[in-house]
Amino acid sequence: MNAEVIIVGGGIIGCAAAYNLAKNGTSVLVLEGSENIGNGGSSRNGGGVRQSGRDPRELPLAMYAIKHIWKELSDMLDTDVEYYQHGNLRLGSTQKHRQILEGLTKRGAEYGLDVRMIDGYEARQINPYLSEEVTCASWCPTDGHANPLMATMGYYKMARRLGAHFISGEKVKELRKIKGAARQVVTESGNVYEGDKIIVAAGYDSRFIASTVGIDIPMQPVLLETLVTEAAAPMFWQMLGTADADFYGHQTTHGSFVFGLNSGYEPYAKPGKPFSSSIAASAACRGIMHYFPSLADIKIVRSWAGWMDSCADHVPVISTVEEVPGLILACGFSGHGFGISPAVGLLLSQLALEQETVLDLSAFRYNRFS
Amino acid sequence: MNDRNRKIGEYIPAPDDDVIVCRCEEITKGEIRRAVHDGMFTLTEIRRYLRTGMGLCQGQTCTRLVKGIVARELGIRPNELREATGRAPMRPIEMCILAKDKEEKE
Repeated sequence: MNAEVIIVGGGIIGCAAAYNLAKNGTSVLVLEGSENIGNGGSSRNGGGVRQSGRDPRELPLAMYAIKHIWKELSDMLDTDVEYYQHGNLRLGSTQKHRQILEGLTKRGAEYGLDVRMIDGYEARQINPYLSEEVTCASWCPTDGHANPLMATMGYYKMARRLGAHFISGEKVKELRKIKGAARQVVTESGNVYEGDKIIVAAGYDSRFIASTVGIDIPMQPVLLETLVTEAAAPMFWQMLGTADADFYGHQTTHGSFVFGLNSGYEPYAKPGKPFSSSIAASAACRGIMHYFPSLADIKIVRSWAGWMDSCADHVPVISTVEEVPGLILACGFSGHGFGISPAVGLLLSQLALEQETVLDLSAFRYNRFS
Repeated sequence: MNDRNRKIGEYIPAPDDDVIVCRCEEITKGEIRRAVHDGMFTLTEIRRYLRTGMGLCQGQTCTRLVKGIVARELGIRPNELREATGRAPMRPIEMCILAKDKEEKE
C-alpha cells in the first residue's frame, strides 16, 4: 500500500499532521502501533494550552497555536474541543516559589508574552477559591486549557473525513531506504508500506524507529500521572499550576476537575506498561487541598498514567534529516506537546510538502545535541 | 490490525436511538452508533470520545451494552472488542480521605 505521506504514530501530533495534509489533498496513511488512536500522551495529559513557563524556543509555537488555531479548532474539527482561554495562574506560597515564578515570568516577558507577577490578593480576585496560603502567582491572561481526548479524536475524525487512511494495531518495526532516501515502512505483521515522505511521530518509540535508519534522538520515557474528580458546579475556568509543579489542572466543561500530578518518584517508575503509583494521587491531594481547601470533599473517580517522551534538552525534535532524505521527525515533546500540537501539525504538513514553514524550526533540529 | 477504512455501511437512524445507555453520563444509543461511523472503532475510543463509562459507576452498568452496540455496528462479535482499562480507585473517594495515606507534620 502506498501513500504520498506515511505518518508513524496516531497521537495528536500524527492526527494533526494528517488533517493538514488531507486538507491539502495529499494522500496520507497513518499507522498506529497500539489498538487505539491517541493512546500515548495525547489522551493522558492535563490539557494545558499554555505559553507561560515554556522554554523560549518553544514559545513561538505556543503563541502561534493560541493566536491562530485554538479558537477556531472546534469549528475546524466539527468537535467541541472544550477550549477555554481564561488565563493561567501559577501559584506559590514561599520565597523560593516567588523566585521560581519571577524567573519564569521575566523570561516569558522578554519574548513578548503578556505574563506578570501578582500577589495573593490579586490571585484571589481572579480565583476566589484560593486559600490564604497563596502569597504570589504568575498570571498569563491569554493561556488556557482544552480537552485532550476531544482534540485528539477530533483531529482523527476530521482527517479521516478528508480522506486520510488510518490503520491501528500496526506496529512499525523498521524504516528502509531506497536509493538513499527513506521510502519503506515495515511493520511487525510483515506488511510493507511505501511513501514519498515518512513522518515519525510515535512518542518514545520514535527512538527505536529512527535508529533503524541510523538516527538517534536522546530521549527517555518519563511517567506522567493524572486524576479526575466527580463533576461539580462550575467554579472557575483558569488553568492552574504551581511553582513546584507538584500539581496542575483545571475544571472541565463536564464539571470534573482534571489534575496532573508530580510526586518526585516519576523518574524511577517501572518500565513497561504505565501504572499509577500508590503515592502520587495522595500526595497531590494534599497539595491541592492546601491551595483549594473547598475541594477537600470532592470525590476522585479515576486516575491514570502515561509515558512522556522526554528529550535531553526538554524541547521536541521537529525536523527533516540530512542523512535520510524523506524522513521527518516529530518526537521528544517532553510533556508539552498538547498545547502546541495544532501548530506542529501545520508545520509538519509544510515540511512534508516542502513548503516554507510559517515558523522557524531551526531550534528543533535533530542534530542539535552534538 | 484494524483498518479504519474498512466498509461498515452507512449510519441508519433507528427508532431506539434516543435510549440512554450510559446512565451516569447520559449517552444515548444513537450517539454511540454515530461515533462508530465517525471512526471510533474500539471501546476505549468510544469512551474517550463520548464519556461512556467515565461517570460515577465507571462503566460497571453500561460496558456490556456499549460493547454489544459497537460490535453490531462494526459487524463483529462482541468478544472481539476489548474492554477499556479499569482505573483506580475502585469506588469514588474524597480527596481529604485519599490524602491521609500520610499524616502531615505540623
